[in-house]
Amino acid sequence: MNERVAIVGIGWSGYRSKSADLSYKELIYESAVKAYADAGVDPRKDIQSFVTVAEDFHEGTSIFDEYTPDQLGAALKPVHTITGDGLHGLATAYMLVKTGQFDIVAVEGHSKASNILTLPEVTAYAQDPILNRPLRFNTHFVAGLEMNRFLFETGTTQEQCAAVVQKNRRNALNNPKAPYGADLTLEDILSGPVLSWPLGKRDSAEHSDGAIVMVLASESTARHLNDKPIWILGMGWCNDSPSLESREWGELPYIQKAAQIAYRQAGFRNPQGIIDFAEIDDTYSYKELQSLEALGFCLPGEAGILTEDGATEVDGELPVNASGGSLGMGHMIDATGLARALEVVLQLRGEAGLYQLEDVNVGLAQSWRGIPTTSGAVAVLAN
Amino acid sequence: MTENIRSFPGTPLSEQDFEEGKILFNYDELNGKFSWDTGIAIGSYLAGLKNGVILGSRCSTCRKTVVPPRTVCEWCFRPMQEYVPLHDTGTVNTFSLCYVTWDMKRLTDPQIPAVIEIDGASPLHGIMHLLKEVDPQKVHIGMRVKAVWKSAEERTGAITDIQYFKPVKEV
Ligand SMILES: [Zn+2]
Repeated sequence: MNERVAIVGIGWSGYRSKSADLSYKELIYESAVKAYADAGVDPRKDIQSFVTVAEDFHEGTSIFDEYTPDQLGAALKPVHTITGDGLHGLATAYMLVKTGQFDIVAVEGHSKASNILTLPEVTAYAQDPILNRPLRFNTHFVAGLEMNRFLFETGTTQEQCAAVVQKNRRNALNNPKAPYGADLTLEDILSGPVLSWPLGKRDSAEHSDGAIVMVLASESTARHLNDKPIWILGMGWCNDSPSLESREWGELPYIQKAAQIAYRQAGFRNPQGIIDFAEIDDTYSYKELQSLEALGFCLPGEAGILTEDGATEVDGELPVNASGGSLGMGHMIDATGLARALEVVLQLRGEAGLYQLEDVNVGLAQSWRGIPTTSGAVAVLAN
Repeated sequence: MTENIRSFPGTPLSEQDFEEGKILFNYDELNGKFSWDTGIAIGSYLAGLKNGVILGSRCSTCRKTVVPPRTVCEWCFRPMQEYVPLHDTGTVNTFSLCYVTWDMKRLTDPQIPAVIEIDGASPLHGIMHLLKEVDPQKVHIGMRVKAVWKSAEERTGAITDIQYFKPVKEV
């Protein structure tokens, strides 16, 4: 029951801006085959429970969770779907193993963002139908409001936010999985079209299609399956109230709390000096800075300065989004948190290739469910 | 109903109240547009229908033949790479007589949805479609039926390229 839990298999398909050659089922199948081969398991015999992450409005199908078992090898097995971010799915799979009832559990998340022709309008439908939706703002306005208050409260500048875009998209040039690698100047970024001031179009991650599957196992099983198990030391998640009218805009209390929960499980309070690198939310440039502060890596107002000083570069003190993050790899809607966790696993295994960091033992993955939510999750992983 | 209904009878709403704007009424419509990528298996199936052929796929491990084709066999999780043309005839596995339409209008003559086990596919594998040219009272489980196709010029690569299934006249 108190056995540790490890990630023993990973598989992915993507990431690309379009994936017209494969259905979502085929994308998922491709990832599942890789993850099961990586873990050395047969889903029909060995995997005892399956967790998927999906949102009906993103799929265009009501009760979408019914469409997930066959491509995962999960027919006639326990399966359920989480409507949340991919890290919520990982947390659920983690808990299933922790119950002691299941030794091997798989978790799946995917994005067919390219198939949602009216994604901004679908996202806008997450707003309160009586109080907010009738005002008819483009859905990015929520990020504009948040960014403005964050800059105001912390003294962070638009240039510092642009430095996040520059770093992550440059990092993506070394990641063959990342479709949005680019070498941009700060001027290129700042002179782009405005979305919802102070938020520019280039502050905002483009979307990509792809799928991710991970296999989790209890400690005793993990040691037989994979010689590089990656241990889940702690997982936390947290929600603030949804109201746009009375929320903490400058800080992210729900990320602070989620981090505290994860850190407590992992046995520390302060991540500085313990966490070697992080893959965190950068749906929008400022979110990376705001999240770094909420995670306790620095004080409010410091993340922008540290970024400008290069502390979060691949050769910096705390590499952040060495993979390119969502800005470089594309935002994968419900699968975004799993994409971050996958990158942490690759680094901890020493399999990140051109963007492999040196001497990393403990990594952090963090996600946000996107506008207009106040929903986030944190995972601490170690090799 | 509680006793309170006597002292707090509530305020009934009338159509007129809505028309006169006495009620907060908010009409909204989701503009959700999707372009689902059909992929290899369903893409091949739809291309087959356009050519007047029902395609299935075969698992080389458990030897099941399924329709519509799939990329993976859900029973043994092996890739299904062999595509096979099937017949356009089959047997009714189950059916229903539907007296209400999709958008909830009453019907006097029922629509007849049916699952048709296609000849050449493994048992229990079939197409979900509709039956026509048949007396609803005479439809039965086990009935032999055949596809009625649209003309080649009208076919677009859609499940509706088959207009319906009708009974096979047994000779
Ligand atoms: Zn099979």
